[in-house]
Amino acid sequence: MTSSPPPNAVEMKDIVIRFPGVLANDHVNLTLKHGEIHALLGENGAGKSTLMNALAGLYKPVSGVMKVHGEEVNFSSPKDAIAKGIGMVHQHFMLVPTQTVTENILLGLDEPKFFMDLAKYDQKIRDLQDQFGLRVDPTALIWQLSVGEQQRVEILKTLYRGADILIMDEPTAVLAPQEIDELMNTMRSMTEQGKSIIFISHKLNEVTAVADRLTVLRKGVATAEGIDVEGLTGEKLAELMVGRKVIFSVEKKAQEPGAVVLDVREVSAENNKGVRALNKLSLDVREGEILGIAGVAGNGQSELAEVITGMRGCEGSILINGEDVSNQEPSAAIARGVAHVPEDRTGVGSAPNMTITENTIMKNYREKPIGNKWSINFTEARSHARGLKDAYDILAPNVRTMARKLSGGNLQKVILAREITTNPKLMVAMQPTRGLDVGAIESIQRLLLAQREEGTAILLISEELDELLTLSDRIAVLHEGEVMGILDAENAEVKEIGLMMTGMKRSDS
Amino acid sequence: MNLPYTVIFEKRTADYPKWLPAVTSLLSVIVAFIISGIVLKIIGGDPLRVLKFFFTATFGSWAVFSDTMVKATPLIMVGLACAVAFKMKLWNIGAEGQFYMGAFFSSLVVLVPMVNLETTPKFIVIALMMIMGMIGGAIWGFIPGYLKAKYQVNEIIITLMLNYIALYWNNFWIFDKWSDAGFQMTPQFEKIAWLPRLSDLAKEYKAFSGITLHLGVVFGIIAAIIIWWILERSHWGYEIKLIGDNPQAARYAGLNITKNLILVMMLSGALAGLAGMSEISGVVHRLQEKISPGYGFTGIIVAWLAKLNPFAVIIVSILFGALIVAGREIQPSGLSNLLQGIILFMVISSDVLLRYKIRLVRLEQEA
Repeated sequence: MTSSPPPNAVEMKDIVIRFPGVLANDHVNLTLKHGEIHALLGENGAGKSTLMNALAGLYKPVSGVMKVHGEEVNFSSPKDAIAKGIGMVHQHFMLVPTQTVTENILLGLDEPKFFMDLAKYDQKIRDLQDQFGLRVDPTALIWQLSVGEQQRVEILKTLYRGADILIMDEPTAVLAPQEIDELMNTMRSMTEQGKSIIFISHKLNEVTAVADRLTVLRKGVATAEGIDVEGLTGEKLAELMVGRKVIFSVEKKAQEPGAVVLDVREVSAENNKGVRALNKLSLDVREGEILGIAGVAGNGQSELAEVITGMRGCEGSILINGEDVSNQEPSAAIARGVAHVPEDRTGVGSAPNMTITENTIMKNYREKPIGNKWSINFTEARSHARGLKDAYDILAPNVRTMARKLSGGNLQKVILAREITTNPKLMVAMQPTRGLDVGAIESIQRLLLAQREEGTAILLISEELDELLTLSDRIAVLHEGEVMGILDAENAEVKEIGLMMTGMKRSDS
Repeated sequence: MNLPYTVIFEKRTADYPKWLPAVTSLLSVIVAFIISGIVLKIIGGDPLRVLKFFFTATFGSWAVFSDTMVKATPLIMVGLACAVAFKMKLWNIGAEGQFYMGAFFSSLVVLVPMVNLETTPKFIVIALMMIMGMIGGAIWGFIPGYLKAKYQVNEIIITLMLNYIALYWNNFWIFDKWSDAGFQMTPQFEKIAWLPRLSDLAKEYKAFSGITLHLGVVFGIIAAIIIWWILERSHWGYEIKLIGDNPQAARYAGLNITKNLILVMMLSGALAGLAGMSEISGVVHRLQEKISPGYGFTGIIVAWLAKLNPFAVIIVSILFGALIVAGREIQPSGLSNLLQGIILFMVISSDVLLRYKIRLVRLEQEA
């Protein structure tokens, strides 16, 4: 017994899960070895979450065998799965904002029973933190924590419940780059101590950085089952995911930028907490030019997008084709041809319970032929939406589909389609490809480049350096609300940008 | 369990057909009647006789149907008032107060009097009362709307409190200033301020004698048509729905939320105020203490059961009008309250049918 290796943490064999009209998982196999990080890849809707929900006891497979630590299991509720040591860290956190970290971790447990000696449990949680390197103050209230810290609380929650098999559903989607590194270190230290992890992700570079083996799902079928990550190239991975070779560098045509469209002069602004987020920032964007904004998340990018589009007040001036639009309502910016692809596509960019049609006319419902003097011609609106649905390849049953039923990529296409049809002079795009699958990223990037060729000035804010380097003409690096320097994308060096992101000013700017 | 079949609740992946909400609402009313019947049977009553009586007392003849419609009339307008506000997720529960202010303001036309009641044509008096009623309600909607727009004050609390202020404001005037011989009511209005009734035509058409249905019902129906057009066809309705669904997105799309918030509260208040005007001008013909048996609150239920659809508001109002009439006729009168409660419960739970498909599945098929 001592010499034989521990049994596999999880074995899923020939799993079939069916939804009405959809075969979500078609005879999928997945083996999670003891102490490994196993990546689960796939485009949106490939069946990754379904498979993991079956392992977490939320769905019951129609057929197939599941074994945990070599023992066959048949979960009828998440409780059964937790009892077997399976913990899921969801993409959307399930925490009570007004309670402390400890209270959130204890929530729903049998112990403590009546009297809460919180100090004792705080200490227990601190011990657990030391063991895995998950730093977060147990007495802090959840709303005071950053997104990364909240995620650590979610991980602690599953560890506290005794999980030794962790399912992490796109844990990096919400994190800033340095937080991603910390998370990866945590994951490694957890596996060193005998935990096994299934890591769901879209991002190929993260998978190659942290995972031991991987399984790829495409349309419910596994195209790769437990292959070793070492020696895999990004191209090969992408091909497994989308079934065709993905062109990583979309073609950017050389063109001369025209007149200045956006001129930001010495703009300062505060963030939601009243802390100064932009500090006398100046930059400009020209016709037919993409200015990329690089920087670690939370260095003023959101606020920059918001002051330009009129969603946030500021000091200083923001000129659009020579007219000052600072400190006015968003309608002032819209009237001057500013399109905005917001960071938060469900919270700001769309109305979830309205149809695709209603979401596409958000900015032109008053204009002919959709708008009459007082009314909206819904026949025109629908045909407008149908046109966009075809032109932008938006996958949905019809234009009466509610926005909330669209996948992230399709919703983003609805938003981009709407913004592009306003024929913008300036487009502010914040994180336009975040959380999307490889295929969707490519088509969004192509749309942005097409806008550039049309002569639109584009301000592209992104945390993906590769994306900025591919699409931008120039790159401005933000640090603590200031521009550290502006580089030509053509001969910019990643290392230099990295240094500027940490606060090193460029000497010649 | 060895049943060969199992019942499966399947989450609907596609949108449900358009007619389904109407069918489930109808079904829930029928089920509510059946459950009430069972309750009645248990306490020793005869459900079928009561049911028959319910229908004869409310829909049995033109005269009783007219009574039902008279009760339905204020509910239509108040229900619309709530539906408009709820579309924008503004929780106006102050329709009762707006109703009283509408009654008060329209009474001013007669009690001040604002025009010479001897010489002014009837339609001008009535039109003026309508306008005053709507202004009164709109003011009572403006206050919470403005406070919410400017200072983010919770509209639920303000509208609720304003209900009491409106009630006691009215009481002050009818007790202290315009009391009719010490009673809690003003003297009866001159005939010129009465809304025309069908019984006014009894001389020409014998069938109309004693039919109390008044012109207010037409206001209600026209209001429903206008509100439907606003919500479903106009720019403004689109804006209302967009703000209601996602205020952040509405701001992002360049809408003026502050202005819309105040305007919608005023429209909502104006509709409730018009209901108040219609009630005093069409039914009670004076300003008095108890002009509303809680129409403003029933309107909330009506709007909700109608799923905020203006035309459904009319139908639901007729049903609730019938329940009010039946409550007067059937002893114990609590029975109709019981039925109201069960209907509400059933309609809310019938939403399950909109979100899930229920299927009977043979077990072998799954194996």
